Amino acid sequence: MTDYRMHILICGGTGCKASDSNGIREKLNYFINEFNLEDEVQVVLTGCFGFCEKGPIVKVLPDNTFYTEVNPSDAEDIVKEHILKGRPVKRLLYKNPKNDYAVTSANNIDFYKKQIRIALRNCGFINPENIEEYIGRDGYAALGKCLTENTPEEVIKEIKDSGLRGRGGGGFPTGLKWEITRYVSADQKYVVCNADEGDPGAFMDRSILEGDPHSVIEAMAICGYCIGADTGLVYIRAEYPLAIERLKIALKQAEEYGLLGNDILGTGFNFKIELRYGAGAFVCGEETALIHSMEGLRGEPTVKPPFPSVSGYMGKPTNVNNVETFANIPVIINKGANWFNKIGTEKSKGTKVFALAGKINNVGLIEVPMGTTLREVIYDIGGGIKDGKEFKSVQTGGPSGGCLTKKFLDTPIDYDNLIAAGSMMGSGGMIVMDEDDCMVSIARFYLEFTLEESCGKCNPCRIGNKRLHEILCRITEGKGTLEDIDKLKVLSDVIKDTSLCGLGQSSPNPVLSTLANFEHEYLAHVNEGKCPAGQCKSLMKYEIIEDLCTGCTLCFRNCPVGAITGERRVAHFIDQSLCIKCGVCFDKCKFNAIKLN
Amino acid sequence: MPKIKLSDSTINIIKGICAEFQNKESELINVLHKTQVKLGYLPAEVQEVIARELHSSVARVYGVVTFYSFFTMIPKGEFPISICMGTACYVRGAEQVLSEFKRQLKVEVGESTSDGKFSLNCLRCVGACGLAPVVTIGEKVYGRVAPTQVKEIIAEYRQGNIQNDVKTD
Repeated sequence: MTDYRMHILICGGTGCKASDSNGIREKLNYFINEFNLEDEVQVVLTGCFGFCEKGPIVKVLPDNTFYTEVNPSDAEDIVKEHILKGRPVKRLLYKNPKNDYAVTSANNIDFYKKQIRIALRNCGFINPENIEEYIGRDGYAALGKCLTENTPEEVIKEIKDSGLRGRGGGGFPTGLKWEITRYVSADQKYVVCNADEGDPGAFMDRSILEGDPHSVIEAMAICGYCIGADTGLVYIRAEYPLAIERLKIALKQAEEYGLLGNDILGTGFNFKIELRYGAGAFVCGEETALIHSMEGLRGEPTVKPPFPSVSGYMGKPTNVNNVETFANIPVIINKGANWFNKIGTEKSKGTKVFALAGKINNVGLIEVPMGTTLREVIYDIGGGIKDGKEFKSVQTGGPSGGCLTKKFLDTPIDYDNLIAAGSMMGSGGMIVMDEDDCMVSIARFYLEFTLEESCGKCNPCRIGNKRLHEILCRITEGKGTLEDIDKLKVLSDVIKDTSLCGLGQSSPNPVLSTLANFEHEYLAHVNEGKCPAGQCKSLMKYEIIEDLCTGCTLCFRNCPVGAITGERRVAHFIDQSLCIKCGVCFDKCKFNAIKLN
Repeated sequence: MPKIKLSDSTINIIKGICAEFQNKESELINVLHKTQVKLGYLPAEVQEVIARELHSSVARVYGVVTFYSFFTMIPKGEFPISICMGTACYVRGAEQVLSEFKRQLKVEVGESTSDGKFSLNCLRCVGACGLAPVVTIGEKVYGRVAPTQVKEIIAEYRQGNIQNDVKTD
């Protein structure tokens, strides 16, 4: 193996790839060849660094220099200045937004300071397409240890002692799930990895599979050893082509190295992993629906019990865990349950990965210890709200979760606290909203999602959510009544109590939590016909203030529908019957001559 | 919908795919994935062939095709446009971008333009939330799209400046 003097790591996650990180790699390699540095410098395309806001990211090791928003055209400078002369390229360094100072080392960036990376330990560090890099970071050591030194019972005890709970949202103790599946006797059992990440705005599972696929493969094999299964299945979204490809490469390499297949490490343990593709149905994240989908059926859930641990895929005992849960397993085995359970809160151990998005400065993927407060996440790591606006709410748990307000900013995040606050952990999406977001239309937005994704099997979810959505539409159009608000509450409770699966049981959460925290906004829509955030189009009207309008024609030229008329230097006029309320005129006007009613 | 007559070669392609999966009914979703990749879409006639090959009912195949959003019975445009309507994109203005695409192309979500050039769809989160709002056209991802850019983007394709999907890998 060549002993490289320097490594240049480029983020190859979906976000950065969309901003041409492949182009950067090509250019870097070109200049490295140009200066005959092939034997000294290695360019590596890694998984996601997490700091998506500033992508594409390039990191130079060993000095840990962190470049942000890099273009392929910057490659020349990086090679000529940094690699050849040892001078970091100043203009590409991350600037601390507080004082505008350039930060050289990644360790000094606020975004990373409070993070502890367990599930994401290798993302942005290794080349996910090279098994040796994973092995070099203690990869497959945990599998080896389990197979050669521990009985399945001992491994399950370790996982139970660690306090690890399911990271897919439910928070069921992982060790217990394994134990239950182990003690069901059957001729065939299955390990299933749920990689059907469907929460809009959550992309941690994809990033783990793209950045560190071997950690999931290793954990599935450990699980197979514990429960007595020789077959693993990964149910993955077809919309994640890059993750699928990296997983396929990883599976092939693991087989070549004898870490999957027959007689693994000479211990007589057999384990193989196959892929099954999802086809875009949110409800398939529910384990019984997921199993039906793997069997080639419509992904409709069934009543539990029987739980999949007893009767799952093809009627056999099946252990279903989520990607992030699996990614924690090898570390727990290597470092011990006692190391892991010291991190986190009393009932939620370890860390959680969150996808931070929305109106926040540092959009990205973060991993923090359980018990970190929302304030730390949003202000210290997330860098606060975009454009200096005011924080209004943070939505956690996706379409099944709720909106938390300012008063919860200092609540330590764990499974139980979030449920007590009227939301849930979910898979870890965190969407930050500011003063410009209307909470009624956010609730409507989520209901729209549920409507589309409801499988239609049970009435409360299929019909109830439809009615909820209709009421919310009425309110956002200014046609709601006070009675509608009462109906929302009653109907939500009925849907929660009577739906068949988790999707329906949690679908009214966005409505209930916005009603609990922002009832005044609902009332403003109903009583005054006003949207306080100015987002509901039917309640909005753009008008030109004649005294302020200079007749510059800028709005006239930019209006996409020709709703604005007027002569140069004469006040303009908006034809309300044509206006689509896109707000372009409002944004373009330099004289504040357009008002929003 | 008018009936389509499948050519013998198309039928053979479908039969081949089914055989690849041992004509097992439990492999239906994999068969549909592969068929859609090959043929672009899954009209009723194709579903009939698949049902026959897998010894299944047309109703069951149709039930699965219509259940999953990934499968389509309508051919996509030469340049399939998808607007991300994930929450992150939504709060950063995806709805305005979508209505601008609808207006410019004069189609609704799920439809194609009459010349077959563009089809318009929504999708749930491509996971590039840092670039919100996101629009994908074929394999190309457009980040931080403003409603005012929509016209330009469409024009680029109309004028043929972008020939076909450029695969990044």
